[in-house]
Amino acid sequence: MGSSSSVNANFKYALQKSENAFKAAVLIQRWYRRYVARLEMRRRCTWRIFQSIEYACEQDQIKLHDFFSYLMDHFTPSSSKERDFISRMFISGESFKEVELEKYCDYESMEVPDSYTGPHLSFPLLPDHATALLEAFKQKQQLHARYVLNLLHETRKHLKQLPNISHVSTCYSEEVTVCGDLHGQLDDLFLIFYKNGLPSPSKSYVFNGDFVDRGKQSLEILIVLFTFLLVYPNEVHLNRGNHEDHMVNLRYGFSAVHGRKILKMIQNVFCWLPLATLIDQKVLIIHGGISDTTDLDMLEKIKRHKFVSVLRGKKRKESNRNVEIQEINGESKADASPATGPSPEPRPAQAPSMTNRLEFSKWVRQTVQEQIEWCRRLADISDSEEEEELTSSSCVSMADLDAPCWTRQEEQKQVSILDILWSDPMPQEGCRENTVRGGGCYFGPDVTEKILEKYSLQFLIRSHECKHEGYEFCHNRKVLTIFSASNYYEIGSNRGAYVKLGPDLVPHFVQYQANKTAHTLTMTQRISRVEESAFRALREKLFAHTSGLISAFKAYDKDGTGRITLSNWATAVESVLRLGLPWRMLRPQLVRSTADGLLEYKSWLEDLAVEQRSQEHIQSGLLEVIYRNRSNLETIFRIIDRDHSGLISFEEFHQTWKLFSSHMNIELTDDGINDLVRSIDFNKDGNIDFNEFLEAFRLVKQSQDSHSSRGLW
Amino acid sequence: MFLFADRVEAEIEKKVIEAFEVFDHECNKTVDVREIGSIVRSLGCYPTEAELQELLAEIEEEEPTGYIHLEKFIPVMRKVLLERSYQPIPEDVLLHAFEALDENKCGYLTKEQLVKYMTEEGNMTPCISLGWAL
Repeated sequence: MGSSSSVNANFKYALQKSENAFKAAVLIQRWYRRYVARLEMRRRCTWRIFQSIEYACEQDQIKLHDFFSYLMDHFTPSSSKERDFISRMFISGESFKEVELEKYCDYESMEVPDSYTGPHLSFPLLPDHATALLEAFKQKQQLHARYVLNLLHETRKHLKQLPNISHVSTCYSEEVTVCGDLHGQLDDLFLIFYKNGLPSPSKSYVFNGDFVDRGKQSLEILIVLFTFLLVYPNEVHLNRGNHEDHMVNLRYGFSAVHGRKILKMIQNVFCWLPLATLIDQKVLIIHGGISDTTDLDMLEKIKRHKFVSVLRGKKRKESNRNVEIQEINGESKADASPATGPSPEPRPAQAPSMTNRLEFSKWVRQTVQEQIEWCRRLADISDSEEEEELTSSSCVSMADLDAPCWTRQEEQKQVSILDILWSDPMPQEGCRENTVRGGGCYFGPDVTEKILEKYSLQFLIRSHECKHEGYEFCHNRKVLTIFSASNYYEIGSNRGAYVKLGPDLVPHFVQYQANKTAHTLTMTQRISRVEESAFRALREKLFAHTSGLISAFKAYDKDGTGRITLSNWATAVESVLRLGLPWRMLRPQLVRSTADGLLEYKSWLEDLAVEQRSQEHIQSGLLEVIYRNRSNLETIFRIIDRDHSGLISFEEFHQTWKLFSSHMNIELTDDGINDLVRSIDFNKDGNIDFNEFLEAFRLVKQSQDSHSSRGLW
Repeated sequence: MFLFADRVEAEIEKKVIEAFEVFDHECNKTVDVREIGSIVRSLGCYPTEAELQELLAEIEEEEPTGYIHLEKFIPVMRKVLLERSYQPIPEDVLLHAFEALDENKCGYLTKEQLVKYMTEEGNMTPCISLGWAL
């Protein structure tokens, strides 16, 4: 009896214990699932922040174009100095004949000193040169400018013979490896070569554009890619990306550091990059995407090198997607025709009356156009199509000048390239303007289907968009996005990937992250770290819109209490920043303290300002303006700094700022500008090292790591 | 009083929509049914799997398509938040739960032990990310 009751008791005890364990487990699961869900939400919000800021920046590009158009139409210079300044802004390019380019970017006379310990290149290049180069870059050496220029010349020569659409066959090499955006991240390229092997007769590679900008080793990437291109011309294929574009480079800074010769050559190499690659006539690889007007036959025939920059800032109307030719007042076509002999310098002695703005802009256009013609005549360049004429590196307003000479056909060609390089897929059917990027379009699964059918293709491979896993399918697995720059936004933000295709054309993926730290972090740490970076960027953006935010908040605070509800905060912030972010989800990270559920917005904004202020004595109103327009300012500076010396004169700086602020309707007195300048340490004969200027306004807290995706580049 | 309640409700609704849209990849006001758990939980709720299934039963279409529509989600979620269902677990209770599983009273659980309890005792499917986060 006793034993059975004790068995009973034991049994009850065991049952109780197991029940408890069960309950405990369920409880912990409940807690854990909530934890994981929060992490996931944070990860996604962080991604959205980065993406929306990145695309907003690309949108700025278009606003910059508007700025130049505005200048053309509205600016009335008050002195001849100003007038010269403006005209200079618009004549940023010189056009060269082939022979002249060689002379201008001459490398033969460049001496390589004995003290140079870097790699030596001789042409034709051999595999050993390529491996030596990789080794040298791993050791952080640099390639001498002479070799760089030589390489660029040879690359250009090679690219010129290539058609617009490269053809690759899986018969010759067993498989083809396709890589996406690299964006100057050399470590990723090293990792790819390490994991996948170097290009060789049995290993084909296609690099799908965006080799440069943002990352710190853009030039090295170009050198490596071009070297392999020349060593294995049948196996290595390069597609042009939207960042292989002069205007975009100006914005993202792939300029100042490398001297004008190299830069000039690079511009003339980029425009010769092929536009697309076809594998086995079945897989089309382009950098951005397609549109409902994409025509491969037309693409094949375009003279692609004529489009040094495809960003012409023309918006296509959704209803009428035929490009319209911009009307320019009274411009006669007679200006375009070459004269038979040299004529005297065409610049009029006196600009027309400054009170008539239209007159002035017309005068500027004519003057500039005439000057170009005059240069051309002197250099004896005719306008014939067969001539190996080099394109002028053009600033966007030059393009506007070109417009009257462009036929509708030319416009269509430019648009078709724009589409290839800038478009993004969307889940909905149809095809509409890509307003987020400012160029190209959004194309739906029906557009994809049509193209695949029309050309009997199996699927498309494109890049252009950062993906968390390094790759992503959409449109029913008919469109593959491949992105090879890992940790693109921040360490731990995303993986990079490449895809291999064999004769069966079944894609195999390899993912990676080129940063040791990323691997040692737990998931939580990784997410937190990326999140921190995203919020830093977001807070900067908020600061940059301080005055707009104050107005918006005040509208909700009619009684002037200085406080608003958090709900109104969210609505107000979105109305000003327009980033489409889930502000209520982000709020805990942005708003630290509230009193009775209400936010004291003025002190909140002040806290933001304190974070950003690296130069205390500059009034924060000014700082705000600079932050908001930073990338535009950078671009303009780079255009002004024609010799890429990194220096502009105080006068030029003053001019630029005045123009800019009048366009942006910013109140800024001369004193304000002087204060600004005084706060920067410039002591080079009245020149401003604008890198110093820009540095002075960066965030105070840089990330500790050397990897900063928003570095000087 | 009514006005205040209205505002609270409006704010709740906005929050629900925001959370939903973060997971709405196709921007067509639908999310994959498998993400509903994440959405509900990131709005501050701590449902068990069983409770979540009950919730889903209210949200899903007559013929489950694998997708949840925003319009069905909003009213259900609004009610959950207003009624404060699925409240969080106080820390001391959570501690007790861990102590209950810690048979030998070591003061800790090894990863293996925890995984075992999570996958056997409770009703959690084996979760690889368990290893990552710990």
